[in-house]
Amino acid sequence: MNAPNKSGWKPQMEVADATGETVTTTGNRALMLEEPLLFEIGHAQTTGVDLPEIDASAPRRLAGLERDEPIGLVGLTEPEAVRHYTRLSRQNYGIDLGFFPLGSCTMKHNPRLNEKMARLPGFADVHPLQPVSTVQGALEVMNELAHWLLDLTGMNAVAMSPKAGAHGELCGILCIRAALEARGDAREVVLVPESAHGTNPATAAFANYRVENIPATPQGRVDLEALKARLGPDVAAVMITNPNTCGLFEPDLREISDAVHEAGGFVYCDGANFNAIVGRVRPGDLGVDAMHINLHKTFSTPHGGGGPGSGPVVLSEALAPFMPLPYTARTKDGVVHLVEEEQADEFARTHFGGEMSSFGRMTAFHGQMGMFTRALTYMLSHGADGLKQVAEDAVLNANYILRSLEDVLHAPYADSGPCMHEALFGDKDFGGGLSTLDLAKGMIDEGFHPMTVYFPLVVHGAMLVEPTETESKATIDQFITAFRSLAERAIAGDESLKQAPYFAPRRRLDETAAARKPKLKWEAPEA
Amino acid sequence: MRYLPLTDTDRSDMLAKIGASSIDDLFVDVPEVARLDGPIRGLPMHASEMAVERHMKRLANKNTVAGDVPFFLGAGAYRHHVPASVDTVIQRGEFLTAYTPYQPEIAQGTLQMLFEFQTQVANLYGCAVANASLYDGSTACWEAVAMATRVTRKKRAVLSGALHPHYSEVVKTMAQFTGDVIADSAPAIQADPDMEGLTARIDEDTACVVVQYPDILGRITDLSALADAAHDKGALLVVVNTEPVALGAIKSPGEMGADIVVGEGQSLGVGLQFGGPYLGLFAVRDAKHVRQMPGRLCGETVDAEGKRGFVLTLSTREQHIRREKATSNICTNSGLCALAFSVHMTLLGEKGLRELAAENHRLACVAADRLAKVPGVSLLNNAFFNEFTIMLDGKPAREVVRSLADRGVLGGVSLGRLYPGVERLQQALLVAVTETTTEDDIETLASQLEAIIKESGIKEAAQ
Repeated sequence: MNAPNKSGWKPQMEVADATGETVTTTGNRALMLEEPLLFEIGHAQTTGVDLPEIDASAPRRLAGLERDEPIGLVGLTEPEAVRHYTRLSRQNYGIDLGFFPLGSCTMKHNPRLNEKMARLPGFADVHPLQPVSTVQGALEVMNELAHWLLDLTGMNAVAMSPKAGAHGELCGILCIRAALEARGDAREVVLVPESAHGTNPATAAFANYRVENIPATPQGRVDLEALKARLGPDVAAVMITNPNTCGLFEPDLREISDAVHEAGGFVYCDGANFNAIVGRVRPGDLGVDAMHINLHKTFSTPHGGGGPGSGPVVLSEALAPFMPLPYTARTKDGVVHLVEEEQADEFARTHFGGEMSSFGRMTAFHGQMGMFTRALTYMLSHGADGLKQVAEDAVLNANYILRSLEDVLHAPYADSGPCMHEALFGDKDFGGGLSTLDLAKGMIDEGFHPMTVYFPLVVHGAMLVEPTETESKATIDQFITAFRSLAERAIAGDESLKQAPYFAPRRRLDETAAARKPKLKWEAPEA
Repeated sequence: MRYLPLTDTDRSDMLAKIGASSIDDLFVDVPEVARLDGPIRGLPMHASEMAVERHMKRLANKNTVAGDVPFFLGAGAYRHHVPASVDTVIQRGEFLTAYTPYQPEIAQGTLQMLFEFQTQVANLYGCAVANASLYDGSTACWEAVAMATRVTRKKRAVLSGALHPHYSEVVKTMAQFTGDVIADSAPAIQADPDMEGLTARIDEDTACVVVQYPDILGRITDLSALADAAHDKGALLVVVNTEPVALGAIKSPGEMGADIVVGEGQSLGVGLQFGGPYLGLFAVRDAKHVRQMPGRLCGETVDAEGKRGFVLTLSTREQHIRREKATSNICTNSGLCALAFSVHMTLLGEKGLRELAAENHRLACVAADRLAKVPGVSLLNNAFFNEFTIMLDGKPAREVVRSLADRGVLGGVSLGRLYPGVERLQQALLVAVTETTTEDDIETLASQLEAIIKESGIKEAAQ
């Protein structure tokens, strides 16, 4: 075979490619294919479905509101559509492709059995308002899932409807607000440690609370004395994350809960990191009143490029009567019940010894049923023994990473004891103006998704690494080798990192330009 | 334990590297009172794939599958045919198992899809900008009200009584802490929505008026006059749509002057799923409002080599930057449902969507005419798209629906289920028809309805 340069062949057109390594006529690079926008390849008259042609003489009852102007949509035939989206998918990194060490976000293997079960027609093709007699199996799924959540957390009731973690936070805080109002106690302040997720203060503010920060100790934990000193009759709740976002367990949580309760407030626990302790610690035993559970993080429902999530909220007995419907609760005989609107008042009278005082409805319908089936499938697969092993392996993997890299990377809390499911590093020792972002982009060239960067805010140039339980030792060792070499380059001030990634579908994207003149919709080019 | 790759040798090697003698050493910070030693009692041990599958199938088989019976339920969730390739695409691991596209260089697939999705939604709604989706239609509705209060700096929202009652309840729940809502308790039982009554409620303190199109009874009406009335008082018009397929046949809310258009995108690609996950759609007619919008936005830009690419943008409105000053606390979208919607919409295209809408409307007209012929049944609507209300002349619709279910027909949604406290709606039945409905299904519903009404078993409803 003659190589192109030997034959004297030269590209006939300008190709925007600064690296000069691969020059092609199409802009494609072997299996890395450029894909135009849908609107550049589709047509208004093209369709990929077979439908009856419109019968213009058919009677219409549209009140004279027929849509006459073009909508501005284009279609593709089925083969074109499958190819368009398949090509787009290849521009993406996913957990199916490789290691995704995102701290605080938990990207673990997504078992396909979960997907298969969620697609059973008995779950996927059922309407939320079907008569109750025709959806008994779906209600049993909710009940069984609730059973697991209550047993694993040691709590009394669970609100099923929140659509995502942040929605669950709002649910928990509104339960607290309703419980306080029910006793005529108008409190105004929610205390949030500075290492909290940004959703925590945003949630408290949305429920009309004033947010005050609680500092962290030099060891990366909530400052117990500062917290105790701030408690008082104006504090409605403390929002705390355990394990926290520095990857550490809060050993004082029981003491914090006792102090908050004594001051008449409630404890909200951000359950985002429940995967680190599932089967080993029950938040109920630590005095927590409300905690949301991100089903995708702990129970492996897929992230889907950013949602959907699901955020059931487990609650203490004190908060149970205030939660949104539908919900599930455990009665004294140990049975878990799914309570819907119709039975709510009677159930509350029988089991809470009073009226149901739900703060209201959070969403239409029952919540994220498709996520419930996936999470339950995962729980049944692992069982009580497997879920405990999940937490242990996740914690083992994270500590292995921490101890394998603490000699080269700044690890601010390495002396605070073992980390939980995630290890935290900072960019303090980097040279040559290099930052965490440069190391993250270098990680892309090594074939890994970058770790979580610049979070938590309490650590300069934070890098939060969470291996999860589904990574093998070989993968983790390979990651450690790559991370170490990137860290060494960053500390040495290797400026080539500033141009990374070199081997991704796109080089660094100009985010400033995107925000300055937002272009959020395709417009036809002017003729 | 098929999901756990570490071997016992790995575990002991790793513990040695860490300098721990056992796994318990890594949990030393957990106070003794909270430590669990053995597996939690009352929960089963791990199970094989086959065993789990058997258990889940047993549960699934207890439900009546919508596609197995004549099916007429709507009220905010619709059963449409989803082309096979939609599920093929969303099950690709690179879409299914990807994270939020915060590292745009390796997330162009998700980002380009979102940019295309935003364009499809904005054009469908007749708007300048759509976001990358919210949780569902009902939460999007609340977010629209919250946004209207930010834009107008007024606190009061006026809700139409013919807005889906669940949506109305979500808004009222959220607004009890932040604003002031005036809501009609129920829609007027008449052929056309009461636009004059709604208009009369708008005053100088009104941030927005929220109206559903088509409304909860399936009625459609021109909203232009309502838009003008709202604008005259400095208020925004929020239009809620729960059936996007309708917008392939009827004018877009944007065309009629809506300022914010929100809705449920479940109809396209997503499926019924017993209520979720669904797909919240959110768009604004005027691009100047974009910085007050909640949720994620994907924008076009270039990379270091000048190639076109996409990023999440305008995130300075969001909780991870603004914390307690953010425009909302929402931290995710319905990315995978947005993908399903977008693929379905791409397969339809403009031509397919119009044909799909026309077929839905045609069959709904057939059903309305046939049901109106059943003695004791009358059609409420003057106009509708694919959903309409019939009155059952003295019969409680809830019980009629139960009897129909016993006869193997899922015959619609009793409006009494959605408005439990409103007596005059107890005999109203909301019937939805889509392209999946056959003319035989319609005949079955009509004849069973006739048989049930004739029977003495169904009590007269309280008048």
